[in-house]
Amino acid sequence: MADEAPFQFLHNELIQYIYSSADNTAAENGRNITKLENMGFRVGQGLIERLTKDMSRFKDELDVMKFICKDFWTCVFKKQIDNLRTNHQGIYVLQDNKFRLLSNLSAGKQYLEHAPKYLAFTCGLVRGALCSLGVKSIVTAEVSVMPSCKFQVMIQKMS
Amino acid sequence: MSRQSNRTADSKKMNSELFTLTYGALVTQLCKDYENDEEVNKQLDKMGYNIGVRLIEDFLARSNIGRCQDFRETADVIAKIAFKMYLGVTPSVTNWSPAGDEFSLILENNPLVDFVELPDNHSTLIYSNLLCGVLRGALEMVQMAVDVKFTQDTLRGDNVTEIRMKFIKRIEENLPAGDE
Repeated sequence: MADEAPFQFLHNELIQYIYSSADNTAAENGRNITKLENMGFRVGQGLIERLTKDMSRFKDELDVMKFICKDFWTCVFKKQIDNLRTNHQGIYVLQDNKFRLLSNLSAGKQYLEHAPKYLAFTCGLVRGALCSLGVKSIVTAEVSVMPSCKFQVMIQKMS
Repeated sequence: MSRQSNRTADSKKMNSELFTLTYGALVTQLCKDYENDEEVNKQLDKMGYNIGVRLIEDFLARSNIGRCQDFRETADVIAKIAFKMYLGVTPSVTNWSPAGDEFSLILENNPLVDFVELPDNHSTLIYSNLLCGVLRGALEMVQMAVDVKFTQDTLRGDNVTEIRMKFIKRIEENLPAGDE
């Protein structure tokens, strides 16, 4: 039984560390986001392997996305995604009204400029999880008012 | 809904795996960024310290534990309550020094190293060094200066993982002038 506080603190340190080593130019900022995203990717891959080892095969893409919204999110963030939307052409929007990693930060527009770095790791997490389930994707996140945020998943068609 | 069954994975266990894996990703990144293990150890300790100084507040708020009377009580609280609460394991407290200012925490299984294997070229890396920093930082916030280090590690072939803690001194509180 492990508590979630260690993960939250560790996640904060991760961001601190990645950002402390660099100056604040736009290019550098992008590189930092990529670094965090890549770390999340690796963690997502590992987690999904452990999580799905006793499960039956998924029917289709939508089934996979539902799994991410329900079981995966519950495991990582102790709640489900609040809203899942799709255009049925490979774009999914996952909305979390009270995202864990932002909820201690602010409830409004204060610190909004810092929000992206708190989301990069999770974007990677989702992309890594999907990748292990055979779905290639690009995951981005956007916040207009904390602590709610939207993750957009764009499925890359395999050619 | 079709696929309800079979999906009752233990979420608490998963959460500890999330922590383990994230920690692994961090160490991997540090090993890429720094050239030698010493630097990585130092950085892990520093990050642990930052976590410790904040984690202690969470701990005190949730555990209802007051000030410890002596170092023995501190040892008990760390092993039986704090480790249990945050990592889900209970290390044993042994090897007290005669003066009672030094003891060891013996971890039979260290949750941080669940999926870890150290490559040969990282022989001086102290993988779980973050823990030392956490303990040091947390205790410093309750006015105890303590020296913490790993003396045995299962990752390097020892039978158990041992963290040695040595009490250095009590940190005097700096009251503002004129305050009682």
